[in-house]
Amino acid sequence: MPKLKLALYWASSCGGCEIGQLQIGTKLLQLAAVADIVFWPVAIDVKYKDVEAMPDKSIDVCLFNGSIRTSEQEHMAKMLRDKSNVLISYGACACNGGIPGLANFYNRDMIFNRAYIETPSTDNAGKTMPQTSFQSPQGVLTLPEFYETVRSLAQTVDVDYFVPGCPPEERTTWLALEALIEGKLPPKGTVISNNVKAVCDDCPRKKNVKKVKSFYRTFQMVPEPETCLLEQGLICAGIATRGGCGAPCPQANMPCTGCYGAPEGVIDQGAHLLGAVASVIDSTDPDEIKSIIDNISDPAGTFYRYSLPVSLLRRAKIK
Amino acid sequence: MVWEPKIVGFLCNWCSYRGADLAGISRLKFAPNVKVIRVPCSARVEPAFVLKAFQSGADGVIILGCHPGDCHYSEGNYKTMRRVPLLKKMLAQLGIEDDRVALDWVSASEGEKFASVVDAMTEKVRALGPFTSNNAEELEHAKT
Repeated sequence: MPKLKLALYWASSCGGCEIGQLQIGTKLLQLAAVADIVFWPVAIDVKYKDVEAMPDKSIDVCLFNGSIRTSEQEHMAKMLRDKSNVLISYGACACNGGIPGLANFYNRDMIFNRAYIETPSTDNAGKTMPQTSFQSPQGVLTLPEFYETVRSLAQTVDVDYFVPGCPPEERTTWLALEALIEGKLPPKGTVISNNVKAVCDDCPRKKNVKKVKSFYRTFQMVPEPETCLLEQGLICAGIATRGGCGAPCPQANMPCTGCYGAPEGVIDQGAHLLGAVASVIDSTDPDEIKSIIDNISDPAGTFYRYSLPVSLLRRAKIK
Repeated sequence: MVWEPKIVGFLCNWCSYRGADLAGISRLKFAPNVKVIRVPCSARVEPAFVLKAFQSGADGVIILGCHPGDCHYSEGNYKTMRRVPLLKKMLAQLGIEDDRVALDWVSASEGEKFASVVDAMTEKVRALGPFTSNNAEELEHAKT
């Protein structure tokens, strides 16, 4: 059997997904035995023009991580879609927008203003802003266009499979790679993860009736190691997050932040988490409820930490 | 065509829906802007329902339930009482004005209260104007 042709690409992401891919450790040798890597900007020197020269559908599988916020990323997403038989949306950013998706609380002008003018360490007296094209004495220089709104990969091109996580856990990555190597691919559109409903199903903490009088941020308390973190007043997203990761965060005293995205059947992760968090408030007095809610300083950012671009509203409305 | 506020109303089956019925039977005059959806309990209204209403073009959402202490399911409306303020806090971050979402309590005997709540909500939303999400532009962009 000829070797599989594998491509890996990163768009708007942090590089953590590459670490996630390397986490499979010695299994990389198993992968190398059956697959050749034809494109991987982080590790091998293959240029965009080399990919462009490849015939359509000549790549067997492309693992694409990162969300789409610039014209360059959109261009590469479309090109890799054309060149690949199977396109896998790899990691929270590609699947749900991820951390870069939090930019959807702002627009391009606000982001540029903050990054290039307002930040205390910036000295930009001439208020120079990134331009898509600039005439220099040596010729025209160009930069990709920066979009108003961050989008997921599937909002940009047709995607075959999703591998969730920030970054995907080793077991999740291997689940996908194993399916590829063995040629046992699930139906198109499947989110590849161990078959567990929510992070809570994997979390060994004791769960009881949840009644919370006050919410805390992680630096405000040291949680007791055996009781459910939400019961202790930490906003743990496990209750509204797809399982399969093995719940490493709550086992390390860190509340789940929701990187595996919405569980099966849930269309809006943030709204789902909001419903759960509000329901555990232990009060029937509107004033007390208000003061408990005042403890939650950034509900939208907390509930949609990884999924704002794929939420029902997709972005904030800017006046 | 003159713009009229489109408001989605989630009414609990046991109190508020009957309150609305009473308003109708009593031939009270009130704003025709609320599209009523009957739910078993105000706590059935998941926050996603409210977002879905805005995504689908609503200008406002009103949730009506039994008075605190009167819930058919003992404490469903207390859950609503906790969810709506947190939802409003989150919606503010998403650029949706406070007055576009309202929670109130209307019992089966309060036809007049139903009419006045609906009138007040309609006027508040009218003052805010139509809700247009940035989504429309975004979807347009995605096509190109």
